[in-house]
Amino acid sequence: MDVRAQVSMMFHLDKCIGCHTCSVACKNIWTDREGTEYMWWNNVETKPGTGYPTKWEDQEKYKGGWKLKSEDSPEDKDKIKLRASDKGRGFANLFHQPNLPTIDDYYEPWTYKYNDLFDSPAGDDQPTARPISLITGEPMDIEAGPNWDDDMGGSTVYAANDPDFADLTMAEKKAFFEMERMVFFYLPRICNHCLNPGCVAACPSGALHKRGEDGIVLVNQNVCRGWRHCVAACPYKKVYYNWKSGKSEKCILCFPRLETGQAPACFHSCVGRIRYLGVVLYDADLIESTASAPEDELVDLQREMILDPSDPDVIAQAKRGGMHDSVIDAAQKSPVYRFVKEWELALPLHPEFRTLPMLFYIPPLLPVLGRLENGTYTIDEKDYFGSLDKARVPMKYMARLFTAGNEEHVRKTYEKLLAVRMHKRVEQVGDLNQDDVDGMLKATGLTVEMCEEIYRLTSLPTFEERFVIPPMHREYATELMGDPYTFKAETGVGFANKPKRGL
Amino acid sequence: MTLDQMLFGVFPYLAVVLVIVVTIWRYFSDRFSYSSLSSQFLESKKLFWGSVPWHYGILVVLGGHLISFLIPRTILAWNGVPWRLYVLEVSALAFGLLALLGLVMLIYRRATNPRIRKVTSIMDIVLLLVLLVQVVAGLWTTIFFRWGSSWYAGFAVPYMWSLIRFSPDVSLVSSLPFMVKLHIFGAFSLVALLPFTRLVHLLSLPLSYLWRPYQVVIWNRRDSRRN
Ligand code: HEM
Ligand code: SF4
Ligand code: SF4
Repeated sequence: MDVRAQVSMMFHLDKCIGCHTCSVACKNIWTDREGTEYMWWNNVETKPGTGYPTKWEDQEKYKGGWKLKSEDSPEDKDKIKLRASDKGRGFANLFHQPNLPTIDDYYEPWTYKYNDLFDSPAGDDQPTARPISLITGEPMDIEAGPNWDDDMGGSTVYAANDPDFADLTMAEKKAFFEMERMVFFYLPRICNHCLNPGCVAACPSGALHKRGEDGIVLVNQNVCRGWRHCVAACPYKKVYYNWKSGKSEKCILCFPRLETGQAPACFHSCVGRIRYLGVVLYDADLIESTASAPEDELVDLQREMILDPSDPDVIAQAKRGGMHDSVIDAAQKSPVYRFVKEWELALPLHPEFRTLPMLFYIPPLLPVLGRLENGTYTIDEKDYFGSLDKARVPMKYMARLFTAGNEEHVRKTYEKLLAVRMHKRVEQVGDLNQDDVDGMLKATGLTVEMCEEIYRLTSLPTFEERFVIPPMHREYATELMGDPYTFKAETGVGFANKPKRGL
Repeated sequence: MTLDQMLFGVFPYLAVVLVIVVTIWRYFSDRFSYSSLSSQFLESKKLFWGSVPWHYGILVVLGGHLISFLIPRTILAWNGVPWRLYVLEVSALAFGLLALLGLVMLIYRRATNPRIRKVTSIMDIVLLLVLLVQVVAGLWTTIFFRWGSSWYAGFAVPYMWSLIRFSPDVSLVSSLPFMVKLHIFGAFSLVALLPFTRLVHLLSLPLSYLWRPYQVVIWNRRDSRRN
């Protein structure tokens, strides 16, 4: 057992209101420089939709993440390889990376020629501010932008091409788009700071690494040589190529903020308060075997990797590995641990990519089950679990997103979410049959106490309960001590020389 | 001192000193600037038809130069039989043409695509033009002065060894045709240009990828991990 700590995350999708405050908070701090205009280390997508970059989930197109070697050659089993390349192909592809998205897969960033509004000579027409490309500086026609398909705008083009529809029958797909049943929800995404990151594995220069103490995945800007294999290998497309500096960049989980005890900007600013952050302890010896498990075991095995931070054996082993008491203490208070491991409510996004993502999601209940009745938004409470079969978003679709297609698994999560809901409904409204609700609790293995705790941590958590930030102990080895805003609008955090594009 | 002595007796040393001193200085003072400066993100299709033929072509041709430099006698012996000479010459020509094709595509792409122009520095233009002259001079030599592979081993290689022995024998090159001289001068110009351009990327060839484990974990407190 090799006990390591990971600063892990949980997003509660029922609470996301799609306001994009998180994205803007991130952009203002980290990606408001030339070369990064198009980057959204945090982005919020409408689901169903094609996302950002367009159709990123379609690995036939982007070839991100890992796959079982046995998919190609059945004899060597259980081992995995990068979908985009192995080491040999990594070298052959240095001159041209066949799976690199181009800027058009994201969008061409632009601004407006605002000065024309002030400087135009007097005339018969109102002056207009024409859009100007932030790359070439030339006038351009805007064809796409961040969240072009927000709230299912242009759904016949975007939502209809959602890669997660793969498992749905034609009829199911059609039903999805019936006017009266139309439904969507938001999917905020940041780097998952994976346990088996494809980005790290693909970098020929070894510029990407996972920090041992907290598991944050970073690109060393001084080591990156612009081979751009990491961009291709991340199945979540969360490494971005800076076209100006010639280096790759990615979400740094605001480590300068974490190191000074503050939540990452997107977490801190989240209006819906959907975001939770905390340490989980895991057994690093299990990374390889878990990542190469059969698809329908991936979620369970990843959960099994996460260790009980109150178990004396785990604590002893963690200490032997040099983990500080304060980190173990933070792990014991971690809200992520509770949602993911204790209550088994939160699921990883697309576990079939096999990077072992450490950002977990509670799938949304309301848009999935809710409907409009006499002009009132309602959920069919009386039907208990039966309502899941009538869900407006088929369980199949949610399974594609969160459980590698295992419908039963995602249904189990939904049953728990429903049970908690019913439990509170009996208590507060009293219009349901207590015995039925008790039956639901029994079926899902939840106790009344658990329901109360889930309810509390979901609906009424304080700031300190949502973000349990472990002390990073940089006093032992200082990478950065100081105000992160010092480096605003710069590349990286602290260079001896100004980092500018090479010759 | 004659012009030939300047160009072929002094300049090569200047170039080598420059490449060593400036490369090291740049590496330690501005490591951030070491990058392939890939522009594939802004334009991918034409880059494929430029970069791939260019690199495979130039790497094979450069490799050929290097092998012949190291084992000139073996090359001369190989070329003793006509069909073997033809095989060598034709392959050299083919890879040279491949490189030229790629290079022309790269130059065309830089010149015409507005996005790529935005990430083109003056040194990029200088480098591409010098490379063009160099490749054209090389191909000219291959086509018009037969058989290059033999007299490269017979004349140019002894000249380069004389440079290494610090007693440059300029007479070996001064009698050669203009295009060949241009090719030799171009080679040392590229050596001199290397640290001032994106050519530093060829020093970054990440060979250690072959043997390192896939995952990289870095501990801030190394001593704290006992295993
Ligand atoms: C050691 C092996 C080499 C590797 C791994 C390598 C890799 C690369 C890469 C990744 C690029 C960027 C392509 C892009 O825009 O995406 C590039 C560009 C370039 N390389 Fe190399 N290279 C190598 C050797 C060479 C050599 C030997 C030369 C010439 C003597 C050379 C000349 C160039 C030039 C001129 C460009 C710029 C192309 C443009 O206009 O965009 N490379 N190389
Ligand atoms: S999600 Fe983050 S850690 Fe995982 S592969 Fe992508 S960039 Fe790497
Ligand atoms: S700030 Fe929070 S609620 Fe708003 S879009 Fe982002 S994750 Fe959703």
